[in-house]
Amino acid sequence: MSDSKPIIELRHVDKSFGPFQALTDINFSVRPGERVVVCGPSGSGKSTMIRCINQLETHDAGSITVDGIELGDDTSDIRAVRQEVGMVFQQFNLFPHLTVLENLTIGPIRVRKMGKAAAEALARNYLERVHIPEQADKYPSQLSGGQQQRVAIARSLCMEPRIMLFDEPTSALDPEMIGEVLEVMVELANTGMTMVCVTHEMGFARRVADTMVFMEGGRIVEVAPPEEFFTNPKSNRARMFLDQILEH
Amino acid sequence: MAGVALRKRVMRGLSSRPASIAIYLFVMWGLIELALTGAEAMGYNWQWYRIPKYFLTSDADGITLGEIPWGLAGTITLSTLAFGLALAIGLLVALLRLSDLIVGRAVARGFLEIVRNMPLLVLLYVFYYVFGPIFGLDRYAASVLCLAVFHGALISEIFRGGINAVARGQWEAAKSIGMTTAQIYRYIILPQSIKFMLPPMTGEVVNMIKSSAIVSVIAVVELTTVGRNIISDTYLSFEIWFTIAAVYMAVTLVISSLASYLERRYTVRE
Repeated sequence: MSDSKPIIELRHVDKSFGPFQALTDINFSVRPGERVVVCGPSGSGKSTMIRCINQLETHDAGSITVDGIELGDDTSDIRAVRQEVGMVFQQFNLFPHLTVLENLTIGPIRVRKMGKAAAEALARNYLERVHIPEQADKYPSQLSGGQQQRVAIARSLCMEPRIMLFDEPTSALDPEMIGEVLEVMVELANTGMTMVCVTHEMGFARRVADTMVFMEGGRIVEVAPPEEFFTNPKSNRARMFLDQILEH
Repeated sequence: MAGVALRKRVMRGLSSRPASIAIYLFVMWGLIELALTGAEAMGYNWQWYRIPKYFLTSDADGITLGEIPWGLAGTITLSTLAFGLALAIGLLVALLRLSDLIVGRAVARGFLEIVRNMPLLVLLYVFYYVFGPIFGLDRYAASVLCLAVFHGALISEIFRGGINAVARGQWEAAKSIGMTTAQIYRYIILPQSIKFMLPPMTGEVVNMIKSSAIVSVIAVVELTTVGRNIISDTYLSFEIWFTIAAVYMAVTLVISSLASYLERRYTVRE
């Protein structure tokens, strides 16, 4: 797999918010089917980096290429990439005025121009995959946090993306609900989906990651396979970070 | 301490429902009494019996509507037309202000400031005496446009507030599935902003109905114009203005209660 062309490639990417330099010279690529876990202390630029991949944040310098499309000012290019790149957010961001089923079908119907019946069949299939087929007609506010996040994952999958981005998907969840979301993510990883996950769930990282990326201060400090990263991190800062988060 | 407790108890007592009603009735009685004694002091000759025929007359041919219902119909038609147009203007101006276009934002901002800082009466004169001859607007068209522009500016702020009140994450989620800006507004943002916009929007409907009275100065037929006409025929100024005021109140109260019903329905659904 190592010889295949990268599906995501960031070269010399810089990004700042006013005077704050959020990303500095980010170089990073992901191969098709690769599962990448990005970790690092808060404020290290992890979220900003993955949000640049689908251009929820625009980069100031450098280049980002996703699935052969270089992201620039062309909004139709950006939309084309977004259809191939699903994203799951920390706060779920379900559409509260739509039922679960409508949350799932609105993308296929409005963006992919799919028929309603086909979209609903697709949606029910993915609800099955995230283990909540019985919740289709409820509104998001009637679901638990874990269920909402699984709906959000299914909503992204309904666009049949080639890449899934996860931005701290379990950070807003009550502890007892983290497992059900991670389980869905592991199952997704087993299907061969290309995944980039920002998460502090190191158990998940050990189970599914092909590559660990450690960031600090807006830079990528270390990129390593998980067994190496967890047992023998090269950088001091990664070691300190791991000590802190694996302590408990 | 005892004083505070006492004041609290008195305040609580005063805000209970029966007490509120009693206070309301007392105040209203006072106002009416004041008007009556004032009128009496002037030697005003009340002739309420002459009012009903301006609502309804019945004779051998059946029931005929009087001038006041026709005037009310005029007010409602005018307000409805102007409000529909004002909604369109308001949405357009709000979207321009929220857009990435520098020119669009500047135009919207300029429009808002000009309209908001001009008396409605002056705006009406501008539409009727300036734009009227230039664009060939008759008095009715000038009235509708004037009201629509004036309230459109205010409504644009309601739209802007409602749109901004929707969580930012909604934009991000909608963008992340590849929706266009137009789709995001239509399917995601606007449906959610309705519940934020409903209360101030009701206020605008009520304001529109009340400010539509201003077109009586250019003699467009509506409730206030009708009132003026009746008075110039009959000199019943007290009775007619009280009556006209009551009709306006009846209409706006109906609208307010309709709106609070809608509001409850919208908030229940989430």
